[in-house]
Amino acid sequence: MLNAAGTPVVEARDVTVAIGGRPVLRGNDLIVREGEFVALMGANGSGKSTLVRALTGLRPLTQGSVLLFGTPLHDFGDRHRIGFVPQRGTATGGVPASVREVVSSGRLSRRRLLRPAGRADRAAIDDALEVVGLTDKAGDGVSTLSGGQQQRVLIARALAGEPELFFLDEPTAGVDLPNQLALADALRTLSGRGATVVLVAHELGPLEPLVDRAVVMRDGRIAYDGTPLSHEDVHGHHHPVDARHDHVPHVGSPFDTMSHDPREGGR
Amino acid sequence: MSLAELADLLDRDFMQRALLAALLTGLAAPAIGTFLVQRRLALLGDGIGHVAVTGVALGLLTGTSPTWTAVVVAILGAVLIEVIREQGHTNGDVALALLFYGGLAGGVLITGLAGEGANSLQVYLFGSVTSISSTEVWYTAGLAVVVLTLTLGLLPQLFAVASDPEFARVMGLQVRFYNLLVAVLAAVSVTVAMRTVGLLLVSALMVVPVATSQQLARSFRTTLLAAMVIGAIAAVGGLVGSAWLSAQATVAPGPSIVLLALAMFAATWPVGVWLRRRRRLAEPFPILAVDSPDPHQVAGHTDDEHPHEHGDDCGHPAVRHGDHVDYVHDGHRHAPHGEHYDEH
Repeated sequence: MLNAAGTPVVEARDVTVAIGGRPVLRGNDLIVREGEFVALMGANGSGKSTLVRALTGLRPLTQGSVLLFGTPLHDFGDRHRIGFVPQRGTATGGVPASVREVVSSGRLSRRRLLRPAGRADRAAIDDALEVVGLTDKAGDGVSTLSGGQQQRVLIARALAGEPELFFLDEPTAGVDLPNQLALADALRTLSGRGATVVLVAHELGPLEPLVDRAVVMRDGRIAYDGTPLSHEDVHGHHHPVDARHDHVPHVGSPFDTMSHDPREGGR
Repeated sequence: MSLAELADLLDRDFMQRALLAALLTGLAAPAIGTFLVQRRLALLGDGIGHVAVTGVALGLLTGTSPTWTAVVVAILGAVLIEVIREQGHTNGDVALALLFYGGLAGGVLITGLAGEGANSLQVYLFGSVTSISSTEVWYTAGLAVVVLTLTLGLLPQLFAVASDPEFARVMGLQVRFYNLLVAVLAAVSVTVAMRTVGLLLVSALMVVPVATSQQLARSFRTTLLAAMVIGAIAAVGGLVGSAWLSAQATVAPGPSIVLLALAMFAATWPVGVWLRRRRRLAEPFPILAVDSPDPHQVAGHTDDEHPHEHGDDCGHPAVRHGDHVDYVHDGHRHAPHGEHYDEH
């Protein structure tokens, strides 16, 4: 629901991010209130993923400030209140891991060091698996699942910490329709429980009915903030998006700190 | 050598010490190795091993215990590798290579300056578990216990950081601390394993048992625990085997341990291939969208080609397909439909 009077859970002011000296986000203000379902949209390289990474503290700000639940990001200690779903492709490593293990790792923000998982932890993990519909896959290796199922595992992992605020980075990218529908169901359940959702999406697809506010990014700035727009309005023919692709091979020295993170777009 | 003679040999003090050192090494090295394999840093142990050569040489030069100088230098090297890897994330392997060669060259050079020949370095490069002294066994045991306590105690945190560092950071875990901890523990295990299998073979004991256990395991925890069991069997078995054969020929324990671990990998690999193939065959067929055209196609077989009814134990893999079961049969799928089978 569009909640003009709700408590702000995300307050970003003048958020500016430069990567390798190049400004990627420029002076963005964004306030997300409790219970809102916000979609961050825009073309590749418009800065929408970088904005989410700046809001979660993964990308340092060059200027501006971010407050989560009224606390500045660097002092924010209640990490269990936020859940992060990264872009797919980070769920598997060199060693097999079961679905349940990956989902359990999302519970760590609420667990104390060197303590075994308690009953509440197990119940939260079971619930998270059920919301994304993967209860019967709990013992399977994550790498044996399809891409869409892996994406659902990542959502369940974020859910396991029982957060109030979700950041999802392109959850529907490269996911087939049945899995997009399952994703939409899971997000509907979350939103129905009162969670605040901030989601990066190139196209909304089956998520469209859930979104009550769209923020469209263009060239590192918020170009539109309001009720969701149709696809034609965002990618209209009047402003064809110049989706250039950078073909320069990123070869650097071992000490080169420039970011070549493909998840942030080739800027 | 008869069994009685072998039992007599195993009963000697030096052999008891060697067995204890081998067992602890076999448990500790794969435990930390699992995290290295998970982070696709399987060769980190090798890199640290090369750096530790310089540490051993410094010990020989200064006349202090090479075990301790190796621990210090290996930890410094591991931290350096980790820092370089973190700063320039695309080129972690190059950083590893730089330290690889620097460590080995430095070690050989300093050994020469110390007036020692290659023979004194040999003990550390390829291991010499039977010449281990009782104080060294206690060092080894203490270090191995530290490695095991920290890896098993912090298993959930280390797993989260190793499998998805960005998610772990958003969750508030100190990713840099845990990464450095893994690097330091890897350095400690390298020096623990130094006297058993030697610095040049140490990485094998960290990686090969993990590669073996992940052929069969589906979860991270099973992989880690099974790797520890396999590592312990390889270390103790290799040592006993080399002792048994030592009557006929010179058989060094270090290489025997590594070759036994590799033999176990070779034995489980076909099983792993078979398991993965079977799992793929049993993967449910995707349910097509309801509105897609799906012509009713009846399996056309004469009775002699298809003499039986599909069932639970007809021998054809039964694979779930939406609300029913398909039987995979000579490259096509039969779905029971009333009196006949449909082709799916």
